Amino acid sequence: MSRQMTGAEMVIAALQDQGVEVLFGYPGGSVLPIYDEIFKQEKIKHVLVRHEQGAVHAAEGYARSTGKVGAVLVTSGPGATNAVTGLTDALLDSIPLVCITGQVPTHLIGNDAFQECDTVGITRPCTKHNWLVKRIEDLPRILHEAFHVAKSGRPGPVVIDIPKDVQFATGTYHGPKNIQHKTYRPKVKGDMDAIRQAVQMLGKAHRPIFYTGGGVINSGPHASQLLRELVRTTGYPITSTLMGLGAYPGNDAQFLGMLGMHGTLEANMAMHESDLIICVGARFDDRITGRLDAFAPHAKKIHIDIDPSSINKIIKVDCPIVGDVGHVLEDMIRVWKSTQPDVDKKAIRKWWEKIDHWRARKCLAYRNSDEIIKPQYALQRLQEAVKGKDVYFTTEVGQHQMWAAQFLTFDEPNRWMTSGGLGTMGYGIPAAVGVQMAHPKSLVIDIAGEASVMMTMQEISTAVQYRLPIKIFILNNHYMGMVRQWQELLHGGRYSESYSHALPDFVKLADAMGGVGIRCEKPSELDAKIAEMIAVDRPVIFDCVVDPAENCFPMIPSGKAHNEMLFGETVEDIGDVIDEKGKMLV
Amino acid sequence: MNTTHYPSAHIFQSPETHTLSVVVDNEPGVLARVVGLFSGRGYNIESLTVSETEHEKHLSRITIVTTGTPMVIEQIKNQLDRLVPVHRVVDLTVSGKVLARELALIKVKGKGEARVEALRLGDAFRARVVDATTESFVFEITGKSDKIDEFVGLMGPLGLVEYSRTGVAAISRGPEAS
Repeated sequence: MSRQMTGAEMVIAALQDQGVEVLFGYPGGSVLPIYDEIFKQEKIKHVLVRHEQGAVHAAEGYARSTGKVGAVLVTSGPGATNAVTGLTDALLDSIPLVCITGQVPTHLIGNDAFQECDTVGITRPCTKHNWLVKRIEDLPRILHEAFHVAKSGRPGPVVIDIPKDVQFATGTYHGPKNIQHKTYRPKVKGDMDAIRQAVQMLGKAHRPIFYTGGGVINSGPHASQLLRELVRTTGYPITSTLMGLGAYPGNDAQFLGMLGMHGTLEANMAMHESDLIICVGARFDDRITGRLDAFAPHAKKIHIDIDPSSINKIIKVDCPIVGDVGHVLEDMIRVWKSTQPDVDKKAIRKWWEKIDHWRARKCLAYRNSDEIIKPQYALQRLQEAVKGKDVYFTTEVGQHQMWAAQFLTFDEPNRWMTSGGLGTMGYGIPAAVGVQMAHPKSLVIDIAGEASVMMTMQEISTAVQYRLPIKIFILNNHYMGMVRQWQELLHGGRYSESYSHALPDFVKLADAMGGVGIRCEKPSELDAKIAEMIAVDRPVIFDCVVDPAENCFPMIPSGKAHNEMLFGETVEDIGDVIDEKGKMLV
Repeated sequence: MNTTHYPSAHIFQSPETHTLSVVVDNEPGVLARVVGLFSGRGYNIESLTVSETEHEKHLSRITIVTTGTPMVIEQIKNQLDRLVPVHRVVDLTVSGKVLARELALIKVKGKGEARVEALRLGDAFRARVVDATTESFVFEITGKSDKIDEFVGLMGPLGLVEYSRTGVAAISRGPEAS
């Protein structure tokens, strides 16, 4: 199907043909022709954000909670530069996005025109790929290619920079059929020899552990089902990264909780003492490995990843399998079933006994209080209140994010939206907007800190405009909690600039913005107020005033190994724990 | 102090020099992508040449000489391969049949004995004189990089003014395409 139309019409036609239902954006001079086309149609719903960073995070929330490609439309210059944080966030967390930016007319490019910036230059390192479209003839192909690149292989954000004169120009539009990229053909099927070898290693292991990540989520719900099948068939323990939570049910007996810097003792010890790590769609990030030369010293490693550059990047692995997690797991299960490996059941039983011993240590225990709300307790009550509900969580970044990962339970994939790789404070509110757009009937809660919230709180206004009843659950400790914790650990308790002296009254703020504010200061009030929050069908800011001195444990201090964890109740004089070398690390 | 986050295993590997041939779509920004990847991830570039090689197909060949530990070299290749406009990455050093050449233009100024000596050395290195005045020469020399290094070194005391090098162009020996 090919038709004559303008560039701006092509943008809308391509978005419709690619199945885009929601577009997050902000208008400006050099995207006005596209906005004019938005005005004339009804298929695509446009969400007007309050800042372009919010548009990208909202699209991330939308993409991550639906498995679809998120779509963003911003103007040239500041519109594009404001989007950079969101694009980088999406790149690090492998979120498929198509971001269309307006550009000054081609004859003005390079002249320092009003609202001109080198968008493709600026976004080159923070996108999977980007295009500057200089000719109308290229536009339809690039639009469809962009979606293909964003969602296939390891997903990621792409930018299409379209000068205003190209938006006005008329050309022939082609639909998305037969769009095949010249060079970009990611491999999805794993090598069968490697898969057979992996299954053999799996069968021989005495102390195996599955270490799974965001790749399982990105591969789709089918991959999560296959992961569950493989893990249950083998009976082996499983741990997950922050990004992978929900791929395997959080309350299952085989699940050891999250691993890494703020992971559980059982997960980290099991990694440390294992003899086989099966890494599925994770990337041995520094928050996971801790000290590299002491990382899982006895383990052989199988690494399943769609991105060949993730393999052997940080940790040398014994059996690399390049392919899509879903495809590879399917093959692994088939090979496992057909070969019926002779598992050493006694060894596995002994391994579980060891793990149960670590579990009995109850590493997430904290000292509760009747006077002051402990953040962990608040999250436990919240978890209790949402049980059985159709709920999605987003987070900001910091202590509250780690506590949320530790104390909330995720049973399904795509229910947990957090900024893992980039660690972007301010991610949660706009992401919640995106999630709620995709799931209007569901309960969407942003677990937040008061400092993060201040970064993108203008998006509450977006939520109000589109009647999105998002719940912003602030664990308010008046500090940038994680900064304060590190200052306590590493810098002698000199809390340099980590205390907010002039926080807004969040209840009044909510009111002023057209939402509902609830403040909770006593543990005894929590249940009733959480119930009230859930019952309100409008955006809510829940200001949960918590213990300002609470630290997030367990913790692997920087520069330490998995078996050198710190625990909440044992830490008295914490300043000595991290040596000089450790202080250099982030 | 090491520059990675944590003391890593691969820093104990010793660095190697590799010549990579990268076939890319000749589209705007492709060189910036390749160069940006090297600077952004802290890899070394010892030499880089780029030119369109197949005009009808819009293909260019980028030849990069880089150093790194085997793990880093593997990373570089995988990262390059991941760039959307990259067709293929060939490590000519691993195939063991690398044919690498560089061209240099070398300006030497001098009179008397130094001038004669420079000409004589130029002859010995099979350098061609492509420009001459009564007090200067410009030599054109082709060869492996170390041959050019050596020739430039010899010209130093004989009145070397300046020189320009193309960087390494490389291809594999034998009948097959790399």
